[in-house]
Amino acid sequence: MNTVIFRTIAPLIVAIMLVFSVYVCLRGHNEPGGGFIGGLIAASALAIWSVAAGVEAARKALRVDPLALAGAGVFAAALSGLASIFTNSPFMTSIWLYLDLGEETVPFSTPMVFDIGVYFVVFGTISSIALALQSGEES
Amino acid sequence: MGRDLELNAGIALVAIAPFIAALLAPLVHRFAAPATGWLLALVPAAIFLFLLQFLGPVSNGEVIATAIDWVPAYGLKLSFLVDGLSLTFALTISGIGALIVLYAPAYLKGHHHLGRFMGFMLAFMGAMLGLVLADSLLALFGFWELTSVTSFLLIGFDHSRQAARRAAIQALVITNIGGMALLVGAILVRQLSGSWEISALGNLTGEPLYGLVLACFLVAAFTKSAQVPFHFWLPNAMEAPTPVSAFLHSATMVQAGVYLLARLSPALGGTAAWSTILLVFGGATLIWGALGALKQTDLKQMLAQTTIASLGLLVMLIGLGSETATAAVIVYFVAHAFYKAALFMVVGAIDHEAGTRDITALGGLADRMPLTFIGAAMAALSMFGLPFTLGFFAKEEIYAGLSDGPWQDIFALAVLVAGNALLGAVGLLVAIKPFLGAEVTTPKAAHEAPIAMLAGPLVLGAAGIVAAVMTDWFGASVLEPGATAIMGEPVKSHLTLFIDLSSIAFWLSVLTWGLAVLVYQQAAMIRTLLRRAGALLWTADQVFDAVMFGLIRFAGAVTRALHHGRLELYLVTVFAMLALALFVPLLALGGIDALLPLSDLGDWSARLVWPDLQPYEWAVALLAVIGLGAVLVARNRLVAIVSLGIQGTAVALIFLLFGAPDLAFTQFMVEVLSVVILALVMTRLRLDEHDHRPFEDLARDGTLAIVCGAGVSLALMVVLSGTLDTTLSDFFTATSVPIAHGANIVNVILVDYRGFDTLGEISVVMGAGIAILALLRRRKTAPAKRARKAAS
Repeated sequence: MNTVIFRTIAPLIVAIMLVFSVYVCLRGHNEPGGGFIGGLIAASALAIWSVAAGVEAARKALRVDPLALAGAGVFAAALSGLASIFTNSPFMTSIWLYLDLGEETVPFSTPMVFDIGVYFVVFGTISSIALALQSGEES
Repeated sequence: MGRDLELNAGIALVAIAPFIAALLAPLVHRFAAPATGWLLALVPAAIFLFLLQFLGPVSNGEVIATAIDWVPAYGLKLSFLVDGLSLTFALTISGIGALIVLYAPAYLKGHHHLGRFMGFMLAFMGAMLGLVLADSLLALFGFWELTSVTSFLLIGFDHSRQAARRAAIQALVITNIGGMALLVGAILVRQLSGSWEISALGNLTGEPLYGLVLACFLVAAFTKSAQVPFHFWLPNAMEAPTPVSAFLHSATMVQAGVYLLARLSPALGGTAAWSTILLVFGGATLIWGALGALKQTDLKQMLAQTTIASLGLLVMLIGLGSETATAAVIVYFVAHAFYKAALFMVVGAIDHEAGTRDITALGGLADRMPLTFIGAAMAALSMFGLPFTLGFFAKEEIYAGLSDGPWQDIFALAVLVAGNALLGAVGLLVAIKPFLGAEVTTPKAAHEAPIAMLAGPLVLGAAGIVAAVMTDWFGASVLEPGATAIMGEPVKSHLTLFIDLSSIAFWLSVLTWGLAVLVYQQAAMIRTLLRRAGALLWTADQVFDAVMFGLIRFAGAVTRALHHGRLELYLVTVFAMLALALFVPLLALGGIDALLPLSDLGDWSARLVWPDLQPYEWAVALLAVIGLGAVLVARNRLVAIVSLGIQGTAVALIFLLFGAPDLAFTQFMVEVLSVVILALVMTRLRLDEHDHRPFEDLARDGTLAIVCGAGVSLALMVVLSGTLDTTLSDFFTATSVPIAHGANIVNVILVDYRGFDTLGEISVVMGAGIAILALLRRRKTAPAKRARKAAS
């Protein structure tokens, strides 16, 4: 599978997929997408990268253990739910902030943080399984 | 009003203070080791003094109640009640508790876990105090279980010894059977009476479920109070350090069952079933325990067996239920608590100073340990039941009410006289044999125990005599309110120092003494006889072991049958169940009939309509069929996996074409990843490239696949043929943007409306990931370990 063509084109595909995954994740609240599917896209990207460049290179590119990312995701999701403490409302009540940037208004919200958490959980879990399976194959 | 509130807060504090002290105990031990006992004993002592002030109001017939809201939504209150019965118990627990807390650090001096031990001890005391003060049945259950747990920690304190661990587990198992029964009983009572409060219970004897309620509470009380046939855990609990035994046997834990019976006797007592069961089991326990005590040579074991006997005696008295019997319950409980705690502490002191507890290896200690001897003698006289001791009154009260009753009473009387005589003999053995007679060389050169260890026996031994001499005060302040609480109607004390030589009760006492002295003189011979007889019996202890091992074997057999470790069969089971779950409702509820009425079968050709699809839609459908066909004909696993991916991608395209972009999106990614991961798994598992399976397996799996697929398709068609209930989707469409600021309903539901569910799900995803990683690493390290082992 590790052909020259694949190795040459893989970085390009991976980069596009990663950008696309972030885009899909962030637009999820209004258009098809969301953290789950975004995370799956990113995990696929990493899987392609690891097939093209090897597991070690993929791990190095990630810098962090993928399972730690998953843990951070669960943590971020739970934390976004806790934010409702400050408005004295029940757990996971959403909070919305609108940032005015000239002509555009950018919304920030706890569901967005939650969705990003989901993204990291899916990405982290799936890629750590994929990487672990592959590294077993190499050894 | 002000005073009232203050008192209520005080009662709540009584229930909490021991637990706070328990948390502080390790710190106290670390920073003030020599004074541990003296400092910690302040807590129970303060509780004792605080409770003393209720003695006046309660003896005037007052009942002090207080409650804290627990779960207001369900009307559940943490309610406490101080009446004659609970006050008698609470005073005994805190008073003896103070002496034991003082005694324990001296006994276990230098033990490296002493701080922890004191913590367990104080928590145990707190649980017991809460139990006797609780008015809410549910709170009582909570404290009841807490005494089981804390006593488990105490009995198993010396956890490096297997016998201690076994005894702790045994006590926990047996008392927890009762705990569960208690919970069921409490819930039943709540259903019958509409209240959790014991004080609000009416008489339940006429209720339709009376038998069941009675059975539940009897199991609870009998397991806790070690009645036959649950008696065997109590002697084993001797594995605990002696201070625990002194506390557990005198005022706490095992008395909880007696307390429960006494507390519930106005609600449940008085029926033929009640008195018959209590008399029979109590009587059996009394005789069994007393004979068991004579069989032993270990002083601690002897005392443990007499506790069983005394508990049986108390249960019998509650079962009799007459006014004098009820008065006897209170007097006997107090007398027993005093002398049993004192004697246990004496035995601990002997063990500590002389190095042995074997009665045959001890003698003539009176010269070396005079103060200990005085304490032991005072306690033993009360146990023997001589005049001017509380034990005498207990005996008199027991005999007084029975001597002119019907034949059941006469029978009970005979059992009680025999039991009392045997117990009296044991009292003499414990107090006289080690101290008087010729001096015997002991493993350690015996000398007087430290003051902290002497305080308990001396104070409690004296208390048994002082309380007896202050007859009028004891009768009015302790006996009357306590017995009144058990009877549910006023009881008058008959206690008097004057000995009536014309009463039958007195002459029965004389008979008891005579028999006791006789048994004492023949103790060695009786012991030999009992041991010979006992060797023939299969003890309940062995039954317990057999049941436990049987349970483990049964669990093993079930595990082997269900958890055979063959993934293939697990999957077959799962999918077979899925097929059943799909088809049974379809057939039972007429789903298939609604879709394809049998009457229409004649013109079936009319139902076959060529679907109206666009050419590109046909192309996608064709792609799916090609993928499926490729899976079936593939000779190679990898080809099959990739073909399955093609089929899945085609299905995703269908989703996309028919307006479900979210679903299609996810399906695409899942297909990609599942092809990658399946291919990796295949190489990991070192499977053959080809699938070699017998034809039967292929046929079985193929049939299952077709059945499941057909079931899902049929179910979907049935669902779509009906009218769709759009209440939910209407609600989400209407509220999604205004409430959750999002137009994508699917995502809004996931991250906003049902965010908590999603949080649970992503945690599960991560947990599953960790589990898979752990399995993969295990597979990887196992061969490496084997290789290392082979090399070395």
